[in-house]
Amino acid sequence: MTRRRPMTRAAQYVALAAYLVFLGFPLLWLLSMSLKSPRELASIAPQLIPKHFHWSNYSDALSEQGLLRAGLNSLLVAIASTALTIAVALPAAYALGRFKTRLRGIATGWILVSQLFPVVLIVIPLFMILRSLHLLNSLVGLTLVYVVWTLPFALWMLRGYVAALPPDLEEAAAVDGASRPRILVSIVLPLLRPGIVATAMFAFISSWNEFFFALVLLRGNAQTLPLSLSLFVGSEGQVSLGPLAAAAVLATIPSLLVFAVIQRRLTSGLLAGAVKG
Amino acid sequence: MTVTETPVTSEAARPAPRRRRRSANRSSRDAWVLVLPALIPVLILSVVPLARGVYLGFTDSRAGLGIKTHVIGFANFSKLWHNSLLLESFRIGLIWAVSVTLLQFLLALGLALLLNEDLRLRWLARTLALIPWAMSPVIVAILWKLLLSPTVGPIDITLNRLHISQTHINWLGDFNTALPAVIIVGVWVGMPQTTITLLAGLQGIPSELQEAAAVDGANTWDRFFHITLPHLRPIIFAITSLDFIWNFNSFGLVYVLTAGGPGGKTMLPMLFAYNEAFRYGNFGYAAAMGDVMVLVVVVFLGLYLRAGLRRSEA
Repeated sequence: MTRRRPMTRAAQYVALAAYLVFLGFPLLWLLSMSLKSPRELASIAPQLIPKHFHWSNYSDALSEQGLLRAGLNSLLVAIASTALTIAVALPAAYALGRFKTRLRGIATGWILVSQLFPVVLIVIPLFMILRSLHLLNSLVGLTLVYVVWTLPFALWMLRGYVAALPPDLEEAAAVDGASRPRILVSIVLPLLRPGIVATAMFAFISSWNEFFFALVLLRGNAQTLPLSLSLFVGSEGQVSLGPLAAAAVLATIPSLLVFAVIQRRLTSGLLAGAVKG
Repeated sequence: MTVTETPVTSEAARPAPRRRRRSANRSSRDAWVLVLPALIPVLILSVVPLARGVYLGFTDSRAGLGIKTHVIGFANFSKLWHNSLLLESFRIGLIWAVSVTLLQFLLALGLALLLNEDLRLRWLARTLALIPWAMSPVIVAILWKLLLSPTVGPIDITLNRLHISQTHINWLGDFNTALPAVIIVGVWVGMPQTTITLLAGLQGIPSELQEAAAVDGANTWDRFFHITLPHLRPIIFAITSLDFIWNFNSFGLVYVLTAGGPGGKTMLPMLFAYNEAFRYGNFGYAAAMGDVMVLVVVVFLGLYLRAGLRRSEA
């Protein structure tokens, strides 16, 4: 067996290299296209590394009126829905993590059921409800939908973090005569901060990247970034590829930054939620 | 804590709980108060719409304002049954969901096993594997449209240069290649989550087991099939089931890549339902499609999980 070891290792490295190409090449290509001049983009013998770095693709993408506006809209919706999601999920997660009520089973059941149903079933009635509230084509309506849409998973994550906190501290504070709101604010909240940060970032990415609800519920001038990017592709040919690639890179940066911070916590949060039943 | 497990729902609504079980009732009332801010929006914007969506499938609801809606029983469903385009769409949806889920699983398992080894560049593969997870489906679709482009795309040009293909292939526009091309993109984008989940499972297997088996003379294959795989089984079932649901219900990626074309070759059920609802305004009909989609997923998962249970008993 020891003799076969180097062969196995070599095979493993070949496999790893294949994975790296499959996963990495598309990303590198996008980056490369975002830095190519129109002439180089039309070349029939394209190179991965651009001959000249054509940075103006980025300024072109940014100066595109609709795109910048859509980016700001996306940012607004993502921040507002994240803040609301956390505000609403935090007390509920605490209750689900600390009290053994029937709610816990109901909440878990709902999280699972909500995965099963195709969004088209929920989006038609939502469309009707928002229309009657005059919240169609409105960022406010979209924000509300995002809050509800991210809530199950945010709740699931946060509940895991609450369950992982030792209850001793809270009990000690209660013995010392602290009221429940006081305990929540000055003991539980600070301890939960890492969990809150991870959950908030997850909520931010979800709404920043979301497409389907935006497509259905925003049919007017207000657009989010994924929506307006998808419209660019629809009219392919008219749009120059360089700025499109640059816009795609720019639109990915915020969620990548956020993701770099939370990725470790996201998986541990998932597992924590799953294990602490 | 066990005291609070007594029935709480009826008492919880009362403002003044009975003295005798005061503390139990109080903590359950506290729980309700804390949960309420989450419960109300979920009820209004999630539970009620979902129930109404299921119900709409049994009506002739249409998009316009002020149109009377009638309950028409199973008429939508019999219409669905006779719509050959729609049955084709379900066939495509199942091919898509099954092949993406399967390929995703096999590739992710391979990658997870590699990442679990002590290899150089492991960190790079791990990082790269996570990036698609952070990207919007729209951007993934744009990225792959550029890659698969018949004129400037590197994939086509490479194949030509290697003399694997002589002509330019319009991957996303050709009747024969559109669905396979879309499936590959689906695999690419869904691999991260599956890989990370399987990797977490692998890391949970006690290494003593592997070492003991190695001492007993078991080779790599034996150890994989008799130790690794049985330990991973619950995680494999969980993640492939979830992947199947997500893939069958997926929309954004294929909508931007092909919009269901060419000639409906990539018309996933969700795309069909979206067009029916928001292009033609047939809300009731589209909702009926959604109802059938739930049934299809439930039946498929039921069969899958039952087969899995039976095999683990044998």
